Amino acid sequence: MSGPSAERRILAAQNVSRMCLVCGVENALGLQARFYELDGGELLGVFSPREEHQSYPGRLHGGVASTIRALELDPRLLGMIVALAAIWVLFHVLSGGTFLTPRNLWNLSVQTAPIGIMAAGMVMVIVTRNIDLSVGSMLALVGMGMAILQVEWIPQWLGREHPATWLITLAAGIVMGALIGAFQGFIVAYVGVPAFIVTLGGLLVWRGVAWWTASGRTIAPMDQNFQALGGGSSGTIGGPATWALAGIACLGLLVLLVNGRRRRRKYAFALRPLWADVTLGVVGCAAILGSAWVINSYPVPENVARRRYEEQGLEWPEGGVEIPLGLANPVLIMIIVGLVMTFIANRTRFGRYVFAIGGNPEAAELGGIKTRATLIKTFMLMGILVALAAAVTTARLNAATSGIGQLSELYVIAAAVIGGTSLAGGIGTISGALLGALVAQSLQSGMVLLRVDAPLQDIVVGVVLVVAVALDSIYRRRVT
Amino acid sequence: MTASTAMEPATATRTPLVEMKDIRVSFGGVHAVDGVSVDLFPGEVVALVGGNGAGKTTLIKTLSGAHKADSGQILINGSPVTINNPRDARELGVETIYQTLALADNLDAPANVFLGRELRSRVGTLDDTAMEDATRRLMGRLNPRFLNFTSPVISLSGGQRQSVAIARAVHFNAMILIMDEPTAALGPAETDEVRQLIRQLREEGLGIFLISHDIHDVFDLADRISVMLQGKLVGTVYKKDVTMDEVLAMIIAGKRPGEVTAEDIEQLH
Repeated sequence: MSGPSAERRILAAQNVSRMCLVCGVENALGLQARFYELDGGELLGVFSPREEHQSYPGRLHGGVASTIRALELDPRLLGMIVALAAIWVLFHVLSGGTFLTPRNLWNLSVQTAPIGIMAAGMVMVIVTRNIDLSVGSMLALVGMGMAILQVEWIPQWLGREHPATWLITLAAGIVMGALIGAFQGFIVAYVGVPAFIVTLGGLLVWRGVAWWTASGRTIAPMDQNFQALGGGSSGTIGGPATWALAGIACLGLLVLLVNGRRRRRKYAFALRPLWADVTLGVVGCAAILGSAWVINSYPVPENVARRRYEEQGLEWPEGGVEIPLGLANPVLIMIIVGLVMTFIANRTRFGRYVFAIGGNPEAAELGGIKTRATLIKTFMLMGILVALAAAVTTARLNAATSGIGQLSELYVIAAAVIGGTSLAGGIGTISGALLGALVAQSLQSGMVLLRVDAPLQDIVVGVVLVVAVALDSIYRRRVT
Repeated sequence: MTASTAMEPATATRTPLVEMKDIRVSFGGVHAVDGVSVDLFPGEVVALVGGNGAGKTTLIKTLSGAHKADSGQILINGSPVTINNPRDARELGVETIYQTLALADNLDAPANVFLGRELRSRVGTLDDTAMEDATRRLMGRLNPRFLNFTSPVISLSGGQRQSVAIARAVHFNAMILIMDEPTAALGPAETDEVRQLIRQLREEGLGIFLISHDIHDVFDLADRISVMLQGKLVGTVYKKDVTMDEVLAMIIAGKRPGEVTAEDIEQLH
């Protein structure tokens, strides 16, 4: 199979990576007669749509691009992983070998958590062609509410340090976040005020309310159990649980891959090549177990470890021991949020409707989707995730002030957008946003490590944001 | 022969699938649709024609649920119905293919076919594999050359997108199909394919309202032609009884066949 050389020259001249030529007589209802597969103007093969449908190009000819296609990985996600790796290596070299250490990576994971948790919700909001500028202020208000509840109200009827305090507080915070989100969503969906304006108002209002509620005071300290939500030496799941979790995650990945094959075989659809699935499984598991290993290489500080030994009546050994801290609770929360939100986005009707509204609001409405209710739910979900981030933040600070979360709306939006979410709506992934949060936080932490001045940090993050979106736009234009 | 006598044999023998009686819609004092009555029988294509702003689309939107009529009555299979939104219309077996196709461009073909009526597994999650399977079967019947079931529909050609829109309309056992300019954005070969599809659906016993600017489409496909001008119905005629010129006279001058003079026809050309 090879194309006529004239056609080949035309295609090469246009430098297209791939195109379909439709032959006149067969041009009926979008028949694609043949695909001309090109790589940088070089003709790689010609095949009919049926072959395209039944086999994977990766088998026809090698090359990185076709391998990625066979693996069905999002090239943009892959690009981000490469960019992240580059940033990490760069900071590692510039900092004289302190960036890629278990200690720094562990801290990085904890710092990423609040932004990552909120970015997962921001993706959904942006996908519906809306925006939420109020998340930072909402975080301050909900954090303040939870602080006042556990410091001033609950002790009056349950006493201090009651085992249920943290749970009641967290539940109340989630309800509060959901209500604020639903209220903003209602104004957007039913009153028709643009989300930009509604949440810009929210940005001013909620922080003001937070200040007013506490009359400007700092509310502290938090309940002991609540503090564990923020990480720290007593806020982790420990070494063995981290390994167990990694094991479960590996198993889960394998089950997903096997299930996917089984379902596609049931309907006799084209299967991903076996080597691709095996590669995905092996690489995925290696990444999960590798992360667990890095996390577990960061030990509990010696004085804490010694105290734990003494509490258990054990002799503190000569030369000390290293007890792994394990995965921090905020990171665990972020991972759970990521999984749940991915499930919601991909596997539920609500998620499908969110994307349909973003793709074409009119079509969604004509398709019988209750678009207004869906919008309210989207903002509500954002509010709930803000509440989780607020719990993590106040627990970590062990205090609530009306000043927390300032500018975090911008970092959250930046994370979502760096992660491939399109502000035009309809496009975005949760995994991308979490990676975006990690990229943004890596930049910031790395610069702190290098003692870069704060204004310069802002400049770098700003430039990276614009460059990331510019690259993404160029990529999209080439693809479509 | 006049339009009114032409309609009598059909109404005497069967119950219409759809009867829209004395429909009125106005936008801020402008009568977009002013007391229009049309009907549609099973296995029949009724073309709604008229110039821009004649009120065809507005009239038909009261049937598809996109607009509410200010007054008038809609009967389906002889019983009066209330249609407040697109969901109501769909439940009554009325499916609409909009001129814009109303596709969510970022979703793939199966997601668009099942938009708003997704198939779900026993635990309530989306069953994408089942939806893809159903869409493949459906396309096997409607357009066997449609093979792209996993890319966002924005990357499909005009004809393929039209196929997706038609597949969505016919999959749920529609009785009444509304097609708004189905061939407007298509090339000649694709237009033929869509015309063939419309004939096939009529054979299957569906009633089809066809809105079109293309007089050739209309004469090729329609059994009856209802002409609108400035929100009012000029008349409904059987295609076999009229010439293209007579229909053009109805569209432009609002004159029924019989009222038209040779001079009028001369002016049209």
